[in-house]
Parts: sequence; structure tokens; C-alpha cells
Amino acid sequence: MIVSLRSGRRAFLAGAGLAAAGFIRPARAADLSPEQATAFIDKTGKALMAVVNGPGTKQQKGAALTSIVDSTVDVATIGRFCLGRYWNRATPAQQASYLDLFHRVLVLNITGRVGEYEGVTLTVDRAIPRDDGIAVATTVTRPNNAPNRVDWLVSNATGSPRIIDVIAEGTSLRLTQRNDYTSYLSRNNNDVGALIAALQKQAENQSG
Amino acid sequence: MQVTRSLMSLLGRPWRGRHAARHRQAAGVSALLAVLVLAGCATPPPASDPDAVADYKEAHDPLEPTNRVFYAVNNGLDRVILRPAAEAYRYIVPETVRTHTHNVLSNLGNPVQLINDVLEAKPRRAGDTLMRLLVNTTIGVGGVFDVATDWGWPAHDSDAGMTLALWGVQDGPYLFLPILGPSNPRDATGFGLDYAADPTSWIGVGTTVDILKYSKAGLGALDARAAVLDSLDKITEQALDPYATIRSLYRQHRQSQIDDASSDNRATVPAWFPAPAPTPGAPQQ
Repeated sequence: MIVSLRSGRRAFLAGAGLAAAGFIRPARAADLSPEQATAFIDKTGKALMAVVNGPGTKQQKGAALTSIVDSTVDVATIGRFCLGRYWNRATPAQQASYLDLFHRVLVLNITGRVGEYEGVTLTVDRAIPRDDGIAVATTVTRPNNAPNRVDWLVSNATGSPRIIDVIAEGTSLRLTQRNDYTSYLSRNNNDVGALIAALQKQAENQSG
Repeated sequence: MQVTRSLMSLLGRPWRGRHAARHRQAAGVSALLAVLVLAGCATPPPASDPDAVADYKEAHDPLEPTNRVFYAVNNGLDRVILRPAAEAYRYIVPETVRTHTHNVLSNLGNPVQLINDVLEAKPRRAGDTLMRLLVNTTIGVGGVFDVATDWGWPAHDSDAGMTLALWGVQDGPYLFLPILGPSNPRDATGFGLDYAADPTSWIGVGTTVDILKYSKAGLGALDARAAVLDSLDKITEQALDPYATIRSLYRQHRQSQIDDASSDNRATVPAWFPAPAPTPGAPQQ
């Protein structure tokens, strides 16, 4: 992790140097202002709270959550990140079926917990610019639980603000997921097909 | 996340035995460890595959085969002993009582935490811990009620592993220790230091004291395990490789605890303390 942080910083510095010299345009994420990112998370948070704390059956809430996820989360970018170096090793067909399954599992994980989210409140604190987007810090409070700090990493890379990571109490969900997948792959002959099969099984177990 | 916080302390306490027995066990365990470590080093990937080498370095887990053995052993112990006990604890004991038990245990940890806050050179954190200890022990009736949080002295994490980290000690390779769970040489050393520094581990002799110590140890394990029942189930259910997921969560969580402590540079003078009058002639801000 130290290694990747260092090389990340080096890449960032190199990029900054190039940008300063006028060789390249600043990254598109920089086009997103902290105010826009904050407003985006505020709006998304309110929409989420309205669903989980509102009326409706579990199924209705699940459907509403799915549509919020699809319009606010850049699932493809996160999926690609989670596959790490194996993304380039996968065939286009594997990439497509992986992304499809990644989306299904992510949505199932979220909708499967609708009941647990009841009574949740989210308050937006402040925006912290990062080199890969803008992190919006929020405080999430659940009944009978200590408040948790949750940062939402927002990027403008697709042209509109989208969530590309959630960092709960300092743990990045996409990084944890990537470590899970890459470890699984390295123990299964680096075979992306094996990962796809495992995700398939996971999706079936959770939807069943 | 509370998951990883409790994972570290999980299972640890009820196993502290009598001294002689412990030394014998320790000798046995270290002999076993030596054998496993020698036998269980992961083979680094060939240099011709730079991506694989990068992954290997990022995981920073040269003892992975050994670690996975202990992970499996701990899981086995957990399944038959601690998990059922924690489930029973959660089922039988009302939530209020569990919260108060947790408060008492956390208050008993305050002296060690105070030592660490001081060693970390974080005066405001030390002040918070000291006030928590004083207020919760007296007005909070021996720690049963957490009054201090409502009065503006919230809890924070602080242990010897974090202290060592703030002193510049690197974490070292990942270790999954028998009984103790996810760790590394720095945090494992910290665990030992905290245990040695804990007054409740060396004050008093006699049967009553022993019973109290074991009760505290047992309750501590139950409290920590019950707090993560659902989260751990989720991890094992949703991760393709729970071992790697726990390794990642543990590392990230420790780093975030250390970052929190390191960036907590609140002024030592409280906000309500009257600011000194501006010096005549000095430029106005």
C-alpha cells in the first residue's frame, strides 16, 4: 500500500508538472467544484433517506434504491478499479459479463440491507479536493449507534457528478473490494473466468 | 468501522492464564510458530511478472500460508466457542445491560489509553481521556453510564500500537495471530505493552481478584464479539476471499486510527479561555 501511495503521489506530481507547463489540460475531475460535489451528495443523501425512511414495501424501496444507485454511482468505473490489473487481461466479453455481474452484486448488497438503514440520517460536513475527485465528508447516524464518518468520492469524469468510492471510517470500499478480488484471482490461477463464476454464484445466492 | 477494531481484541482476553502455565504455553506456541514460519513463507512471484510482484508487495504478507492456517484455526475456535457464546449473550442479556457492560469495560481501559495519549504527545486527547475516567468513574457510577461523552469529552482510540506508529515505527508484515487475530509486529508489540501497563492485570492477588480478572476477560471477549456478529457475518458472506478482505480492512482501519490521532492538533488552550489582549503597536490581524 505504501508502494502504491508513493507511486500515486509521484504520478500526481508528474501530472501537475506537465499541467503547469501547459502540455495537458487539467484532469476533468478538477472541473467539478467543491460546491457542486457537496450539493450533489446533499441531494443524493436526501433522496436515499426519503426512500429508506419513507413508506413502501421492501420491494418498492429496493427498486427505488436501485434507480438512485444507477443515476448517482459510476458503477463501471468502480468495477474496473476493483478488477485492478486483471482488467486488461480480461477479454472484452469477460469485461462485459464481469461489469454486468458487478452491478448486480452491488445493487443486491445495497437493497438487501434496506431494513438496516431505517432511521438513518446523513449530514454533509465539507468537501476535500483529492487528485482523483472531490471527497465529500458526511456524518451518518443510525439509531442506537455512534455517528460514523463517511466520505463520498465524487468525480466528473463521465461528464456529470458520480460517486466513485465510499470511505467509511477511513476504509475505502472499492479498495477493500479490489483486494478481495485480486487475492481471489491470484489464488485461482489469475483466471478472470473463475471470478465471474464466483460472482455469478454470489448473485444467485443473494437474490434467492 | 467497529469490525476491525474489535477483531483485534477478539478472543484475546479469556486466554490469559496463570503465569507458569502461560510461560509453558508461550514456549510451546513459539516453537510451533518457528516451525510454521520456516515452512510457510510465501514464494515471491518471478520478477518477470511485474504486476504480480506489485500485488505481492502491496499485500505485504510474506507469511500468508502460515497466516491462513491461523485464520482457519481461529475461525474454527470462533465457530464452536466464541460465536455461540456471543449470540447467547446478545439473546439473553438486554441491550441496556450490554451497553452498560460495554461502558464499564471501556472505562477500565482508560488508564492505559491515558498513558498512550500522553506518550503520543496529544494533550487534548489525554485531557479527554482523563476527564472520561474521572467523570464516568464518579458521576457515571463506576463507568456504568457514559456521562462524559454528553459533556463534551468523547471517546477516541488510542493504544500502544498507535503510539509506536506515531513515533515512526513501521507496521511490518501482516500477521494473523492465533487467538489475537489480525495484527503486525508493531501492533502485536503494542498489545503486549498495553497488557503490561494495565493496572488491572497486575494489581491484587487472591481468588476474588482472579475471579474478577477472568470475568473482565470473558465479558470483554463477549462484548467485542457480540458487537461484530452481524458485520463479520456480512464479510464472510459477501467476500470471495474473507482472509484478504479482513487483511485489507484491518490495515485501512489502523491507518485511519493513526491518521486521526496524528492530525488531532487541537490547541491546548480551550476555546473559552480568554485570549490575551493584543500587544500595543503590534499589527492588527
